[in-house]
Amino acid sequence: MLQQIVNGLSIGSVYALMAVGYSLVYSLLNFTNFAHGVVVTAGAYLAFFTLTLVRPSFAVALLAAMVGGGLLSITYEILAYRPLLIKGGRRLFLIIAGLGISTIGENLIILRIGGRFKAYPPIFPMEPLHVGPVEIAVVDIMIVAVSLIALLIFQLIISRTRAGLAIRAAAHNLATAGLMGVNSDALVILVFLIAGTLAGLAGIFLGVKYTAYPQLGAMTLKAFISAVFGGLGSLPGAVAGAYALGILETFVSAYISSSMRDVFSFLLLVLVLLFRPQGLMGRPSGEKA
Amino acid sequence: MEYWTGVLVISGINLIAILGVALFTGFTGLFSFGHGGFMAIGAYASALFAIRAGVPVPLGWAMGAVLAGAVSVLIGYPALRLRGDYFVIATLGFGETIRLLVENSHKLTGGARGLPDIPPGVNIWVVLVLDLMAIIALRNFIGSRHGRNCVAVREEETAAETVGIDTTRYKTIALAISAGLAGLSGALMASWIRYLHPSMFGLNKSTEITIAVILGGQGTLTGAVLAAMLLIPLPEVLRMAQEWRLVAYGLIVVLISVLRPEGLFGYREITFEGFRRLCRRPPSPPSGPVLNGEEASP
Repeated sequence: MLQQIVNGLSIGSVYALMAVGYSLVYSLLNFTNFAHGVVVTAGAYLAFFTLTLVRPSFAVALLAAMVGGGLLSITYEILAYRPLLIKGGRRLFLIIAGLGISTIGENLIILRIGGRFKAYPPIFPMEPLHVGPVEIAVVDIMIVAVSLIALLIFQLIISRTRAGLAIRAAAHNLATAGLMGVNSDALVILVFLIAGTLAGLAGIFLGVKYTAYPQLGAMTLKAFISAVFGGLGSLPGAVAGAYALGILETFVSAYISSSMRDVFSFLLLVLVLLFRPQGLMGRPSGEKA
Repeated sequence: MEYWTGVLVISGINLIAILGVALFTGFTGLFSFGHGGFMAIGAYASALFAIRAGVPVPLGWAMGAVLAGAVSVLIGYPALRLRGDYFVIATLGFGETIRLLVENSHKLTGGARGLPDIPPGVNIWVVLVLDLMAIIALRNFIGSRHGRNCVAVREEETAAETVGIDTTRYKTIALAISAGLAGLSGALMASWIRYLHPSMFGLNKSTEITIAVILGGQGTLTGAVLAAMLLIPLPEVLRMAQEWRLVAYGLIVVLISVLRPEGLFGYREITFEGFRRLCRRPPSPPSGPVLNGEEASP
């Protein structure tokens, strides 16, 4: 029982890193960034190659995944989303562009690197720690600790810095924030940078847990469910939703059936959308005309 | 020759699903990434009816299509009340759930080992006739009051609602038609390939269908037909470039959404009417095919 909660916290942390990125972009631009998964996958591969080719240091790999993720995220924002945002086209075209980007990314990886699973070299001791009746893998401790630190830093940026203030203002109304002297283009880039950095971080953790493979980015679906569960656009909601989903999933795998785990996650999504579409902490909002 | 007939059959079968999604997306403005799931329902239902219950093959197709349409109404009831993004996610989740359910019901569907020995019954003529019937039926639907209401929902949902159009109802109708066609397409696929595997109808299939619709353009059946005839045989024609196909798909989608969001044929149709007008007024400068249809006013 306690064991499942520990496992759930570990995977929930990874979901939280990705879910925050979704919610952040959504809160500003009101659309779902479907290219988010590519950044996660890229982060996992960057970390893998750093560990195997450059130097087998976890800290360096972590840095590579985060910087790489952030840069990739900015790149596609400028190349694909920016022209669409300037045109002010329908939001759905942004979704389509995002799906296109993720299709490109996934298949480029299959073509250039191959579709095989890439297992990370052992960087953490395999021997789990025994805390009372619970066995905790060192990896899981690392994941939870680093994720919490990253989320804390992120929270501080949002709540204490000028940039954070600008982000909060823009989340209310991007155009008005722009009129008040916020450089909204730079702000959007900053938001994609933060989302990409956190996604890269999630990528390396997923890589450590499940190896790196081209479809790894599909994990962001879970993060999306978390973000919706917590209330899309609400950052604390995204984190709460992610941990709740992580724990729910480990419980379903442990006590019901591991192959039905994803069915339950999607069921949760449908139920949330049906009965509380604004999520746990979101603001109820109708479609604006 | 037989090989190319096969390519044509596959394209024709996919076209049925693409036409359905073209109606749904093009005339309601909603995107779906779950129509692979409806294809799976049609495919497995028709195959299982035929294998387990000995239902005649064409009746099995019809039952598969109806079942897919019925499921879509059930799904659509909650999902269509959602905003655009949420709806996309809901369909994504739906498609994946169907795939997982098929994969995990070993006894019924053969699970990940696949379902072999499906009775045959598809040939090129069946597919062509069904394609033609689908096009004519959809054209009539779009021209009807219901179809025009769908367009109204796409263009200005709030305005449509204020003049008394039950928007959710028309979205549901469009979804049910498109899911039924996807189910029919899946059923035909089952009878043609005579083997089913859950991976045939995964997210890739749903994406392929939607990409074809985006490429063809919104609110046009002509575009859907052209896109289907262009995209589906493409990997067969460009064998050596096969691996790059999906990268190219992605690139096409990004370029289209950035440069020409309305797609190749957005909001226009090639009609006989148009050709007749072309013949009547020869001095007008030749400007490609004469196009006819509602004016685009996005």
